[in-house]
Amino acid sequence: MNGYSELDRFLRTDPRDVGCAQATEILHVYAELVAAGEPAGQRHPGIAAHLQACGPCDEDFDGLLAALREETR
Amino acid sequence: MATVNPVVDETPCVANSVDPESAEWLGVLAGTGPQREAALTRLHEMLLRIAQRECRRRGPRLQITGPELEDLAYQAAADALVAITRKLGQFRGESRFTTWAYKFVILEVSGKIGRHFWQNPPVPLDAEDWDKLPDRFGFDPAHQAEWQDLLAALRRAIDTELSPRQRQVFLAIVVNAVPLDALAIELSSNRNAIYKTMFDARRRLRAALAANGYMGHDTAGRS
Repeated sequence: MNGYSELDRFLRTDPRDVGCAQATEILHVYAELVAAGEPAGQRHPGIAAHLQACGPCDEDFDGLLAALREETR
Repeated sequence: MATVNPVVDETPCVANSVDPESAEWLGVLAGTGPQREAALTRLHEMLLRIAQRECRRRGPRLQITGPELEDLAYQAAADALVAITRKLGQFRGESRFTTWAYKFVILEVSGKIGRHFWQNPPVPLDAEDWDKLPDRFGFDPAHQAEWQDLLAALRRAIDTELSPRQRQVFLAIVVNAVPLDALAIELSSNRNAIYKTMFDARRRLRAALAANGYMGHDTAGRS
């Protein structure tokens, strides 16, 4: 990815983005849907949009998902 | 706390009936005596295991290693256990109880990593080394002639379009690479507020660059 496309991606804002508070509020629900192979992004597009743009929330989501997947091993 | 955008998901969460395993957790944790103590011990062990795994997962990208990282995991598990028992009545059965509980310990790990950043910050919060800006977006110095006008326009927009608070947050996160959670702690704010400030700043900068022909208008998420 070159500088222009990285800057373009960074400055892109999705109007569906619900923000950190709402994403955190149902992160456990969203993670279970993803772990179960359900279309979580379709059911919660605002959460999906947020996780795509927010590094810290996406990091938390990755951690929670990893915990769920480890549990089912 | 307001969300970034008032438009919320089409499908809101609806409280489900609690599954048997979660109901058992709730019952025993809401009780008293040795059964509750045993459940707290078991839950703590689970939270500690998740915290340790999460610290190991994030460890390579942090300035924290060894006993310090292990200590962070123990603190996260202990604080998560306190938060869970205090907020037990808020569990709505939308997921398994353990998934809900794991979220607490993951968030505790994030918060403690954010606080740890300020023990040895690599740069002062308000350092203004704007020469780092091209590198932050991966612009190749060998092709400076191709991007210098764009970056100059971005710098102008940062100074003219952003509020002092937006500029401060942009500078800290983008130029000085301060993690968002660490910045939230330093500014006595929270993740959601800092994210919203950045969200609005990004939108303003995009609009300014688009108005001057440096970049297309934002169409993300629109059909």
